[in-house]
Amino acid sequence: MKRQGWFYLLLLLAVMGLGGCSSEREKPQTEIYVSAAASLTDALQNIGTKYEAENPSVKIIYNFGSSGALQTQIEQGAPADVFISAAPKQMDALEEKGLLLEGTRQDLLANEVVLIVPKDSPLTISSLSELAGTAVGKIALGEPKGVPVGQYAGQIFKSLGIEAAVTSKAVYASDVRQVLAWVEAGEADCGLVYATDAAVSDKVRVLLKAPPASHKEVVYPVAVINSTQQERAARDFAAYLGCESAKNIFKEFGFTVK
Amino acid sequence: MDLSPLYISVKTALLATGLTFFLGVYAARYAQKLGRWQGVVDGVLTLPLVLPPTVIGFFLLLFLGRNSFCGRFLQYFNMNLVFSWEATVVAASVVAFPLVYRTARGAFEQVDENCIYAARTLGMSENEIFWRIIMPLARPGIVAGTILAFARALGEFGATIMLAGNIPGKTQTMATAVYSAVQAGDQETAFLWAAVIMVLAFLIVGVLNYWPESYYMQGRRRRHAGG
Repeated sequence: MKRQGWFYLLLLLAVMGLGGCSSEREKPQTEIYVSAAASLTDALQNIGTKYEAENPSVKIIYNFGSSGALQTQIEQGAPADVFISAAPKQMDALEEKGLLLEGTRQDLLANEVVLIVPKDSPLTISSLSELAGTAVGKIALGEPKGVPVGQYAGQIFKSLGIEAAVTSKAVYASDVRQVLAWVEAGEADCGLVYATDAAVSDKVRVLLKAPPASHKEVVYPVAVINSTQQERAARDFAAYLGCESAKNIFKEFGFTVK
Repeated sequence: MDLSPLYISVKTALLATGLTFFLGVYAARYAQKLGRWQGVVDGVLTLPLVLPPTVIGFFLLLFLGRNSFCGRFLQYFNMNLVFSWEATVVAASVVAFPLVYRTARGAFEQVDENCIYAARTLGMSENEIFWRIIMPLARPGIVAGTILAFARALGEFGATIMLAGNIPGKTQTMATAVYSAVQAGDQETAFLWAAVIMVLAFLIVGVLNYWPESYYMQGRRRRHAGG
């Protein structure tokens, strides 16, 4: 029995050792931390690759999540250089606390909120007020306290007067990509995400677009954080996000550029 | 102040502890009789202790989610496990099970075999031997294991949030309530729930240390050391 123990121990060490061996790569001179809303994942990674190719001494490290969680992280001193949120609310909160670098805030993109269902779902809905009806079982939404898409959803339901009915059917996700994942897997019958998120997934289809009047405009502001240690590189990247090639990539993914 | 996380956590932990108690003791009793398969079965049953809760949550979703075999079976009866309160019990039970199973096994193996042999020569049935000889002698260990299982079930987070979601009033336990509060930047609520959990944790440790059984065992040890 003891020999078996030694065998497993050696095997364990070997597996861990293999995991630890990574080829030594030369460390680039500058690393920029970009905290961005989860809905920007695919577009920003694309842009980041392009930017790194044009600026070999810079490495972009992304931190994707719900804008509310990212806001909390930055307030608590997390090392972010650039912040892009999916709603002005989180950026306003940081601005009020004086955490943004003066003059670096600008509105970057706009988006739309859509209702999605799993691709082979038999659900047919012609208007969002039907979400309160019995045909819909579970609705996946972003958590209203910290996830912008959840906040937009709350505004939509308020304008339609179906808040109470929807709340009893709602499951709350910690960011918009989790809402997408739940609808893809069929765990929820439908969900509210951004048009751009629906576009990157081939396992869901869009049923409806939320009328723009039913919620505050979906605007993505970008800004450099005050505590950045790489001010020039951060300003440069933030400015790059507004240039032609970046704008084209955003448009490819379905965003509206401002 | 919405106190539902407290009720949900305690309800879930109590039910999960009850379930794992019976399942764990049952498994421990019959684990030794498996012969060749013992190693594999033991490994599988102990796995939730070593796996990260998110991996457990992933597998639970895989096996119990809507598109799985079990999921579709449940759908027949118009039931769905994912995002239900029952899912919190399932998640808590899975992670707490190895604690009861391992400590029960350990407790059973500690029982003096001579007592069992003697009982057999006196004509007691295997069942009688288990309930009247083995269980009482193994009780301190099993009680300790059950208390640990309760603590683990109370504190479960990863698998719970993946399988049951984080629905306030339905599946939001104290652990997920703290998480939501932090995500929303609500320090006050986070502190409150953290404090409640810490108080409960201290109480559990206290029970573990001063439960009469352990005192009895400590007393016995002291007396034996003297003689």
